[in-house]
Amino acid sequence: MRSCRNTWTLTKRELASYFASPVAYVFIIIFLLLSGSFTFMLGQFFPRGESSLAPFLMWHPWLYLFLVPAAGMRLWAEERRSGTFELLFTMPISPTQAILGKFLAGWLFLGIALLLTTPIVGTVEYLGAPDWGVMRCGYLGSFLTAGTFLAITSMTSAMTRNQVISFIVSVVICLLLILAGWPPITNLILEWAPWNWLVEAASGFSVMTHFDNLQRGLIDVRDLLYFASVMVFALFGTGVILKSRRSA
Amino acid sequence: MITAENVTKWFGPLLAVDDVSFQVERGEVLGFLGPNGAGKSTTMRVITGFIPASGGTVKVGGFDIDDDPLEAKALIGYLPENAPAYPEMTVEGFLKFAAELRGLRGVARAEAVERAIRTCFLERVRHQMVDTLSKGYLHRTCFAQAILHDPPVLILDEPTDGLDPNQKYEMRELIKEMGKEKAIIVSTHILEEVEAICTRVIIVDRGKLVFNGTPGELKSKSRTAGNLRVRVLGVPTQDVVARLRQADGVKGVDVLDETAGVLCRLAGKPDPSLIAQVVVGAGWKLGELAVETGRLDDVFREITISDTVAEVAQ
Repeated sequence: MRSCRNTWTLTKRELASYFASPVAYVFIIIFLLLSGSFTFMLGQFFPRGESSLAPFLMWHPWLYLFLVPAAGMRLWAEERRSGTFELLFTMPISPTQAILGKFLAGWLFLGIALLLTTPIVGTVEYLGAPDWGVMRCGYLGSFLTAGTFLAITSMTSAMTRNQVISFIVSVVICLLLILAGWPPITNLILEWAPWNWLVEAASGFSVMTHFDNLQRGLIDVRDLLYFASVMVFALFGTGVILKSRRSA
Repeated sequence: MITAENVTKWFGPLLAVDDVSFQVERGEVLGFLGPNGAGKSTTMRVITGFIPASGGTVKVGGFDIDDDPLEAKALIGYLPENAPAYPEMTVEGFLKFAAELRGLRGVARAEAVERAIRTCFLERVRHQMVDTLSKGYLHRTCFAQAILHDPPVLILDEPTDGLDPNQKYEMRELIKEMGKEKAIIVSTHILEEVEAICTRVIIVDRGKLVFNGTPGELKSKSRTAGNLRVRVLGVPTQDVVARLRQADGVKGVDVLDETAGVLCRLAGKPDPSLIAQVVVGAGWKLGELAVETGRLDDVFREITISDTVAEVAQ
């Protein structure tokens, strides 16, 4: 009970600090502008003639690739640069509570940005008769992808005081997670080594494979497990890195 | 309240703290002295549980900082060096946040924040953002955070650093007052501060503990401790020096001042009553006679080797 309250205290503070700086508003505006323009221009929302969110949601992993590291790079880097890291870790809270609290704040923030895109749902509903289950599933997939990228950014942010380094490293890792299951890349692997199991193993690591399943409206435990395990792994990694940063 | 036993800390190949042991009880203000880079901050960080020790144990109120970190940390109020605080929060918001992490809720939280704001004179800036605070206010805000939960143990890393003389005075009075019932460790390199507030002094140099005792004991180790200052009025300087040099126990005579009579320092710890007899016996007028208690900065320099000296030796 006490531990939940500590985590929530940290989450509240961190979430408030997002909105105390212009970063939050810049992030939200850019996210809405890009996701909107991608949907209607690149995604060919109208010519498709489908009442689905596919042309909208399909771009999310690519948007998150840059936007989530930008939103999360300060998580620990800033804390270490300003010295409040020392304050936090001499309070009677456990490292798990601290890591989880800060991560949840970032995730909630991304969730708020995602919720602000719901007018597109209204548009689809107005124009046709969409499948609500598929749309809910698509949003869930988008939210889980954001959380996965954020957990990775949390880890890279713990590695350094420098936010730029944290940003670049997390973009690279997230890019690998996207590309591993992208058809041009999987075809390249197939040409180089014509074994299906290799391609399957590679695309099993990819966010895209699991994101696509959810976009199609399939809720598979394996997909949920994938997102959960990458998040847990990255947050555990954050803990290990923070511990080693404190002792050296 | 605080027990440190054989605390050792390596940073890679660098030995920052070398087998340091000491105890602090309630009612004590322990001054933690040492040159820059001697391991003061590192030792404090080990005690507060921020960094793990490479060897040795630290216990706070009976709780081991490694085995029961949450229980031990709950007893400590800590002011880190440079007084960090979240820049985008208001002073009041920051204190409320810290109070919540200390497990204070509702009325208890509000009361704790009000008390800390009053104690640290933060009323004027309570709604101001932390990053717009002056250094003195920032320091007091972080200090307020340390005393929110009225902890039995206070660990203050250079609490008067960057404060103006008035603020320094207030901070020292506050520490002295709190030292009556708490166990306090204060690190500093300002020696006058040690005399003003500490009941006991520890000196570390290159990670090693080189002195542990009262400020009085520290001063008495000074080479100048026990020397006499004597002022003789209306007599030529050379006469005074010649006569005093022959007195029993006097190993040397330095003339310090000749503007109002002759002020001399007599080295070798001579007996003051004997010197008084010599002066009066010669028919001179004695203007002043004092035993020097020793100067802390002299002892400090003798006990700790300065970096330049050590480099030359190497």
